[in-house]
Amino acid sequence: MKFGVIVFPGSNCDHDCYDVIKKVVKQPVSYLWHTTTKLDTFDCIILPGGFSYGDYLRCGAIARFAKVMDALKKFAEDKNKLVIGICNGFQILCEAGLLPGALQRNKNMHFICKHVNLKVENNHTSFSKKYKKGQVLRIPIAHGEGNYTCDKKTLAELKKNKQIVFTYYKNNPNGSMANIAGICNKQRNVLGMMPHPERASEAILGSEDGLLLFKSIESALNIRH
Amino acid sequence: MIEPKIYHELGLTDKEYQRILGILGRDPSPTELAMFSVEWSEHCGYPRSRKYLKLFPQKGKYETLIGEDAGGFIYDDTAIIFKMESHNHPSQIEPKQGAATGVGGIIRDIFTAGARPIACLDSLRFGDISKPFNKYIFDGVIDGIQFYGNCVGVPTVGGEIYFNDAYEGNCLVNVMCIGVCKKDKIARAKAVGIGNSIIYAGSKTGRDGIGGCSVLASAEFKEGEEEKRPTVQVGDPFTEKCLIEATLEAMDTKVVLGIKDMGAAGLTCSSSEMAAAGEVGVKIDLAKVPLREEGMESYEIMMSESQERMLLCVEVGKEDKVINVFKKWGLEAVKIGEVISEKLIKVFRGDALVADIPIAELANAPLYDMAWDESGKQKMESRKVRVPKDFNKTLLLMLSSPNIASKRAVYEQYDHMVQINTSVYPGGDAAVLRMKGKKWGMAVTSDCNGLYCKLDPYLGAQIAVAEAARNLVVTGADPAAVTDCLNFGNPEKPDRFYSFKRCVEGVSHACLEFELPVISGNVSFYNENWKGPILPTPTIGMVGILKDVENRCTVPFKDDGDMIILLGKNNDELGGSEYLSFIHKIEEGVPPMLDLDLEKRVQAACATAIEVGIAKSAHDLSEGGLAIALAECSILGEKGAAVSLNDDIEASSLLFSETQSRILLTVDPNNIFAVSDVCMLFKIPFEILGKVHGKKFTIRHKDKKIIDIPFAKMAKEYFGAIK
Repeated sequence: MKFGVIVFPGSNCDHDCYDVIKKVVKQPVSYLWHTTTKLDTFDCIILPGGFSYGDYLRCGAIARFAKVMDALKKFAEDKNKLVIGICNGFQILCEAGLLPGALQRNKNMHFICKHVNLKVENNHTSFSKKYKKGQVLRIPIAHGEGNYTCDKKTLAELKKNKQIVFTYYKNNPNGSMANIAGICNKQRNVLGMMPHPERASEAILGSEDGLLLFKSIESALNIRH
Repeated sequence: MIEPKIYHELGLTDKEYQRILGILGRDPSPTELAMFSVEWSEHCGYPRSRKYLKLFPQKGKYETLIGEDAGGFIYDDTAIIFKMESHNHPSQIEPKQGAATGVGGIIRDIFTAGARPIACLDSLRFGDISKPFNKYIFDGVIDGIQFYGNCVGVPTVGGEIYFNDAYEGNCLVNVMCIGVCKKDKIARAKAVGIGNSIIYAGSKTGRDGIGGCSVLASAEFKEGEEEKRPTVQVGDPFTEKCLIEATLEAMDTKVVLGIKDMGAAGLTCSSSEMAAAGEVGVKIDLAKVPLREEGMESYEIMMSESQERMLLCVEVGKEDKVINVFKKWGLEAVKIGEVISEKLIKVFRGDALVADIPIAELANAPLYDMAWDESGKQKMESRKVRVPKDFNKTLLLMLSSPNIASKRAVYEQYDHMVQINTSVYPGGDAAVLRMKGKKWGMAVTSDCNGLYCKLDPYLGAQIAVAEAARNLVVTGADPAAVTDCLNFGNPEKPDRFYSFKRCVEGVSHACLEFELPVISGNVSFYNENWKGPILPTPTIGMVGILKDVENRCTVPFKDDGDMIILLGKNNDELGGSEYLSFIHKIEEGVPPMLDLDLEKRVQAACATAIEVGIAKSAHDLSEGGLAIALAECSILGEKGAAVSLNDDIEASSLLFSETQSRILLTVDPNNIFAVSDVCMLFKIPFEILGKVHGKKFTIRHKDKKIIDIPFAKMAKEYFGAIK
């Protein structure tokens, strides 16, 4: 089983994801430079948070043109391979069309960094199988554009296909539609989420609720191997 | 012959101009004149403050690293590098970019030393926030910090914000950055080895920031300051993020022999100071410098403070190794010169020689003995004030004072978690960072009460050091080293210089007592508005070590039934307090006295209680005194308390005096004897005040209940005041 963390210029949670996979989950992991086209030796690719290309245009709008993205689209066609985009990674996945919808500016127009409560809506995915349905998690967010939006038809489909994996519980920090915090694709092998599970994977940081997400991936990939 | 008007505009005096003539033996070229003006400005050469900065102790508990832009100390196998710097005038003129580039500049100072920046703190001062223009400056500064800091991926973990009329028209933006590297990887800001290459890397050079240090930072504000807006630089955090990664990666090639960032005075400062440090000369060609705009004069290129630029000295023949790393990160890197044996800085523009100055003379700014006058000293007696009838009301009002109220609305706009080290989040006395793969961690804080420093500069400065240390101790850390940012008015006015001199003496004395070296720092003069100088503000940044980061202690009350203990002793001293200032609009009197010996013993007792694991929470007493400290523990812990006080002190003074050397602890009732043993061991006064209990916050004074409020009501005021 091998994890890869894509590094775009401006990614700034790449080291954090790498460290958690390597030292906490204890699985092999490599950095993948944004010009890479060879992803076939990997089983799970992480698009980390940060400000790819400064996010000087719309968040993720430049990163989607990076060379690695074509390879990533092919990679994601294989339903046994997993892709997870966290924060800026989620924004990139939406821009690239790997996930539906878009992330607008937070309702209060400010960047928000704080712990929030998430509810597990669907635990039948490779990313959430170790959680209980309805379980409430304490995981931080840190974003200026996390206000998820999509058209009515897409929202109905997301609901119908149970693609909504995490929602904000009780307090919606950014105004997202249907309290959406994280969604997966129809095939359930691509997940995008605004909260940062890598920031909640060690007790010393105040919460370990994010670790089960990585453990879920580990377990899903183990079964397949 | 150069007209006096021209060099006066650049901030040079007649005497300094004569000295330049003496050094060169001829009239300076425009480029040379510009180079002298920036190097000899207060911002770069410290001609007015250097004499006093020598007072600062350089030795402490650990091996220190002093002498370059940023300093530090060694702990375990790690060099901990940090520095604080001001960006006051740029932020007053253009708040967002001024603050943003302040963050960028200090971060560069840290990775220039080979250290990865791991945290920033911001110490901010504004005028009364209820006035719209001050609120505009405040919002702009916060926006600038979040814009730059969040993107660049360095967590903003702490700082402080104070409001006082004296900062109206001249806000303070002091930014501190901390970085770490393996101790054998520290980089030096030196040019070495004749024939080695000088490489320019990063953003192109533009006209932004010309005269930033000599013109903007080295004069008082006057009417029509908006015209100086072009002297403020513009920040690009994305480029800086790439520059951090590229620079650290370039250093791993081992062919980088010296490196310095281009901050204040840009290319002039970086090239001449690297040469001076290496005791060599440098030759550079401005025709090779990447330029953002056409038609730039040579002096403009040498003075530009365009951001996100570095100067490297690289082993000759190995340039490509370094250039390729920068290219990978999408950054320009070009050879613009080389190290020469003659100790001169020779600046060419193609074939034309535009500057030719002896390095040592350029880098050696004049040293001035400034006149000082203590006649402006404050009157010491304070008036009697009306005692409030309803202390509930007064306490709620105090909690809503912008100087006391929670700054949550601010720090939640900063990414304070990226890099996953933050183990104690903002909102307490100090932030705690774990070190990956180590048992130990560090605590970081910044502090200064400018009002105390106005009322008594020496005492106020000592309190700033003592309180910063106390902030660290209550988290379980042992204070290790200090950086400072000394913000004062016009040093040419003797009363202002007096407060500078006394504050420096106060900081020095307190640091000696605490065995704390001052490892780096910055001086910012000319902070004045139309009414006079700002409050003297010697901001103290301090870093401490937690031997075992798992032992960290936090402010909130933890469990019902825990006993609340006061270390130290209450006193009747309201002078300089937030209570007098906010409730009674009086800023006078004697600041609280400070017994450094008692302070050290109180801190040692607290440290011991945390180390042996009996302290469940710990909080330093500061602005707002005992009542506010208790209320904060209650609000943050979402628990009530029942407190009973018996001191023979009038109630308002007992609640709100800001007596020093006091710390609140909570302990399990079973550990009451253990904590009293610790206090007796260190021979400090202590008192059991009450216990954590329920949802109501009550304080009795002798037989009278003077406070009775649900903690939730206090929380509403505390969190609602600053939006």
